[in-house]
Amino acid sequence: MLKLILIGLKDLKIMFRDRAALTFMLLAPFLLTLGLGFVTGSFGGGGSGLSDIPVVLVNLDKAELGNALVDVFYSEELSTLVEPSGAASAEATYRLVEEDQAAAAVIIPAGFTQSIIPTAGTFSPDPVQIEIYSNPARPTSAGVIKAIVDEFISRVEEGRISGMTAILSIPGIQNMPSEQVEALARGMFENAEADSDSTTAIALKKASQGADAVQFDPLAYMAPGMALMFLMYTVSYGGRSILAEKAQGTLPRLLVSPTLSYQILGGKVFGIFLSGVAQVGILILASSVFFGVRWGDSFGLVLLILAAVFGATGWGLLLTAIGRSAGQVSALGSSVMLIFGILGGSFISLEQLPPFVRMVSKITPNAWGLDGFTTLALGGGLPQLAEPITALLVMGASLFAVSAILFRRTNVMKR
Amino acid sequence: MPPILQVHSLVKKYGDFTAVKGISFDIQQGEIFSLLGPNGAGKTTTISILSTLYDPTEGDATIAGHSIRKDPMAVRRVIGVVPQDLALYEDLTARENLEFWGRMYDLSGKSLANRIAEVLEQIGLTERAKDRVRTFSGGMKRRVNIGVGLLHKPQLLFMDEPTVGIDPQSRRAILDTVKELNRQGMTVLYTTHYMEEAAELSHRVGIIDHGEMIAIGTQKELTQQVGQTETLILHIGENDDPAALAQSLTGLEGVLQAQATDHEVSVITPEAEDVLAAVVGAANERGIKIRSIDIREPNLEAVFLHLTGRALRD
Ligand SMILES: Nc1ncnc2c1ncn2[C@@H]1O[C@H](COP(=O)(O)OP(=O)(O)OP(=O)(O)O)[C@@H](O)[C@H]1O
Ligand SMILES: [Mg+2]
Repeated sequence: MLKLILIGLKDLKIMFRDRAALTFMLLAPFLLTLGLGFVTGSFGGGGSGLSDIPVVLVNLDKAELGNALVDVFYSEELSTLVEPSGAASAEATYRLVEEDQAAAAVIIPAGFTQSIIPTAGTFSPDPVQIEIYSNPARPTSAGVIKAIVDEFISRVEEGRISGMTAILSIPGIQNMPSEQVEALARGMFENAEADSDSTTAIALKKASQGADAVQFDPLAYMAPGMALMFLMYTVSYGGRSILAEKAQGTLPRLLVSPTLSYQILGGKVFGIFLSGVAQVGILILASSVFFGVRWGDSFGLVLLILAAVFGATGWGLLLTAIGRSAGQVSALGSSVMLIFGILGGSFISLEQLPPFVRMVSKITPNAWGLDGFTTLALGGGLPQLAEPITALLVMGASLFAVSAILFRRTNVMKR
Repeated sequence: MPPILQVHSLVKKYGDFTAVKGISFDIQQGEIFSLLGPNGAGKTTTISILSTLYDPTEGDATIAGHSIRKDPMAVRRVIGVVPQDLALYEDLTARENLEFWGRMYDLSGKSLANRIAEVLEQIGLTERAKDRVRTFSGGMKRRVNIGVGLLHKPQLLFMDEPTVGIDPQSRRAILDTVKELNRQGMTVLYTTHYMEEAAELSHRVGIIDHGEMIAIGTQKELTQQVGQTETLILHIGENDDPAALAQSLTGLEGVLQAQATDHEVSVITPEAEDVLAAVVGAANERGIKIRSIDIREPNLEAVFLHLTGRALRD
């Protein structure tokens, strides 16, 4: 195990001493992000890459809070970001979303207001949930809609907590026995405190999230987009180094030392993984230091980076198993980097690509990784990341298995 | 004491081509044994099998009692390998290379640090330890390549043509290092296609050609096979054609063989004095100026020539 780690660290060191490699790993994606940032005017603080997101609203509540949420969507502030329209029933909205006419539907159920601001005799301890029906083909836009709703709910939540005493003055509540009211109020308070990530609509979001969380920073899309694209360079460089070591005689030399084959191959794979993690880690850090992108949940961020690099490492190994020489792997790597970059949404948001491309894009670590990064930037946490992370891990594991079979067949460890 | 290395009828086929055709030999503890042979003779293939990189197609060998087939790991622990082609990380410094390879040979901590210091001293690169190998001259790289093979003080060291393509000074240093290592008790299997190196270093020599061991023994034993002959070495001008001269000498009476190498022609004859005049005459006739003539006792070059009818060098 120790030797495996030493081999990996050695590869990391060598990669960081290769100026050409560093240019591709770090400088190119950074500069491209910078360039795209200027082109799209993301540094002005104004216009964002996303605008006029179509959303369908169904207000079955028709009371204070439901109306307030509808007003939010029609407000002046959000007029460029969203393009709201109304629908009569929940079913009608589902159809619109499925036909890709809308990025998401927001269904405010009947009794929503009442569940939060109780009136005499109708008080229910469980708030009614707002339903968001999102279009899987437009994860980013749907994320924005969800963020708006979450933000609204967290405001209501804030009001509910700080307004504990106010509840007591709600008309009709006086008719209740005072002990009951007190117990009720305490229960509500504790519920809101403890259950901040429960599934109730009220607790969807912590109240601390700033109002601008709704604004999606397009750099939070471009920076990881570029990082993920050039991650493919890094993993193919790493894979290439297996064949390069064979050609330069260091692999045979390792094979005649008292080191086991699995330690050698494992060490090489570990080296690819380490380099990728270092690269994406540095680029994501740079996006937050230089571009002010806020990534939110740092635990989720770390897991996402590890998973994305794992998936990409699988591709690096597959390329190595297919390529006959280091040169071939480099050439393959560059093409795959570009193809995956385009397919995976690094250049053009996937939402603007035809459905067929969106399907195919699922084979790229870029698409899943970007999905994850956007989710994070929109305030999502681990539960929302579960899907992309799982997909990336499954992708990596399958590619590892296929490469292992191919490696055995081509006998990479023997000459 | 049993031989440290015993080779039994080793065969290696690459597809249809047989590179090593059933060779057998032993090396005693404390010996320098040279495998002498021209390009493509099968030297590297033999070393690759003995060092457990390739499996033999047939046959086996034991090193310090361990079979290369059945217990390659144990073999790897007792051998050191200096490959023919440099096998180093050029972007790491000399010290970092030694550190990495030392750890691959299970050295660590203080003992690794000590060994690195000793080896650096031995290969004369203490001053340049912090420089990347990429910045080194060919000779210096070769020395690092050797240093890596010495770190774990192997009982048996394989050195595959360690002096190929370097300046005379570095070559001298390497040959002296090999002798010094041997004085300290290391057994060495050395391959070369330079007759002089085999002659200077080895206790015993195996001559290998086309995958076959065609002769084996001490230098004395080998040269006796050639019988009573002498070799005339004619040094000729830069612009003269040694091949043409060799050809015209081949027919002369008393000349057994004449071979051209760069700016030299070697003539094997039973009695040098008898053919000297005729040789000089033949050269004059062709307008070739002989700059100097050496007369040598039979050597390994002559042995090879005698056994194969070809010169050792190309
Ligand atoms: N991997 C291989 N596949 C096929 N043929 C090979 C392979 N390696 C070596 N050979 C052939 O086997 C023969 C012996 O090669 P080897 O490298 O052992 O010779 P050598 O004595 O080390 O020569 P040199 O002095 O040039 O290093 C050569 O004819 C070579 O072409
Ligand atoms: Mg060789």
